[in-house]
Amino acid sequence: MGAALLEIRELSKSFRTDSKTVQALHHIELDVQEGEFVTVIGPSGCGKSTLLRIVAGLDVGYEGQATLDGRAISGPGIDKGFIFQEPRLFPWLTVEKNIAADLSLRNPEVKRRVGELIELVRLNGFEKAYPKELSGGMAQRVSIARALLRNPRILLLDEPFGALDAFTRAHMQEVLLDIWRRNGTTMIFVTHDIDEAVFLGSRIVILKPRPGEIRAKIGVDLPYPRKKASAAFQDFRMRVLNEFERIDELSWGEAGAGI
Amino acid sequence: MSMRVVAVKPLLYGLIIPVLLLATWQILGARGMISPLLFPTPSRIYEDFHSMLVSGELWTNLRISLVRALWGFLLGGGLGALAGLLVGLFRQLERAIDPSLQMIRMIPHLAVTALFILWFGIGETSKVLLIAKGAFFPLYINTFLGIRNADNKLHEVSRVLGFGFFKRSFLMALPSALPNIFLGIRLSLGVAWLSLAVAELLGSTEGIGYLMMDARMLGRTSVVFVGIAIFAVIGKLSDSLVRGIERRALRWNDTYRG
Ligand SMILES: Nc1ncnc2c1ncn2[C@@H]1O[C@H](COP(=O)(O)OP(=O)(O)O)[C@@H](O)[C@H]1O
Ligand SMILES: [Mg+2]
Repeated sequence: MGAALLEIRELSKSFRTDSKTVQALHHIELDVQEGEFVTVIGPSGCGKSTLLRIVAGLDVGYEGQATLDGRAISGPGIDKGFIFQEPRLFPWLTVEKNIAADLSLRNPEVKRRVGELIELVRLNGFEKAYPKELSGGMAQRVSIARALLRNPRILLLDEPFGALDAFTRAHMQEVLLDIWRRNGTTMIFVTHDIDEAVFLGSRIVILKPRPGEIRAKIGVDLPYPRKKASAAFQDFRMRVLNEFERIDELSWGEAGAGI
Repeated sequence: MSMRVVAVKPLLYGLIIPVLLLATWQILGARGMISPLLFPTPSRIYEDFHSMLVSGELWTNLRISLVRALWGFLLGGGLGALAGLLVGLFRQLERAIDPSLQMIRMIPHLAVTALFILWFGIGETSKVLLIAKGAFFPLYINTFLGIRNADNKLHEVSRVLGFGFFKRSFLMALPSALPNIFLGIRLSLGVAWLSLAVAELLGSTEGIGYLMMDARMLGRTSVVFVGIAIFAVIGKLSDSLVRGIERRALRWNDTYRG
């Protein structure tokens, strides 16, 4: 196996507040290969967002190394697409202008690519709609298209479907897998929903809290498309659950609600 | 048909109070129950208004007042918005100039008027500057607030999208500030209009304020009322105009509409 797209070595990060220091991440080791779909799962407060924000270049001041394409990550940029839990669209821009953002739709190439992405995220007919007219799932698809337009080397998603209802969420998972299949974009997808992690990931990284450490990395050898009701899926889900059993129950209780 | 009724209704609601007031006033005046010198009846005021309109006296003076208010508003409001933008974007600039601006803001209009008259005489410059001083601050403060209230979440988005300082300012911070900027424009227009009255009443040989001063000295109370009505109506019209533009420009804004 050649050099990984993303290499994380001995990564630690602590936050200092007035009264105390919180160790958010401790000695994280993770390689992500080009084209992988890595899902990261763990109870809330275990450092999932922190890990993703460091990879995005949004949080700096960490110990250890984090490199993308062999270069140390020093700040945010369009090579690292980021999808927040909330869609975070510019409310004053229409759907197509939100996707284009700082690029001009008068450029025919941009216009064409935006059109393709609107097709890809299934938002045809909503090009001229303002964010306030969109449902949560539609808005999140706009933010995914906005990131994809920039051809990121890696797409980082921080519980992007956490606020959606079960049906919309299932639909969004299909859309995302479809994008991954067609574009081959490398993904790191953070969730606290075991089903979601198993359904999407080609590999699952399980984190445990206080301090945030990697508990296990499990390759998911189920072929796509996966059926959540199938026996193989349920078996795999049990394997992941068993890993969690071994994590301190105290820290797990709260996140169990996400299953 | 029913659409028409719905559109007219808000206008009717707004007219209830003025119409009731005018009717009472007219009736009391016609029965001689209030002094015609202090409270000339609405019909009397209208007659004077009509003759001033026909003679062209009204329009000549109104035009002069409008031009003064407009220049003062553009100068003060424009500088205010620019200063608010810069101070909002640069923290160092805020430390350097905001304290001084806040001090200037607290100087009463009449106090600076004395200085302006000393420096520039009683002519147009003093008046426009006085109006500009009034119009500066609402736009300055609201533009600044709007920039600083820009959602930090959108700021993060602009970082993730690789925006540099220029794009961050003009594609993220400035549009975020638009609702506040419009509020600033409306407040500045109002203050410009009020400052105009102050400037013209203090000393002037033309303008609506001058007409009112002159009429007061000649005991033509009805002309004073004409002036007051003009200030009220034009002030309201200019505010409605800005609100109309605002509604269009902020179509995207998802806020409670009452
Ligand atoms: N900006 C911050 N300042 C202080 N503490 C923080 C900050 N961000 C995260 N933390 C702390 O770091 C830990 C991990 O947080 P986070 O990465 O958000 O967890 P997760 O996304 O898994 O829920 C938590 O204990 C949280 O309180
Ligand atoms: Mg989180």
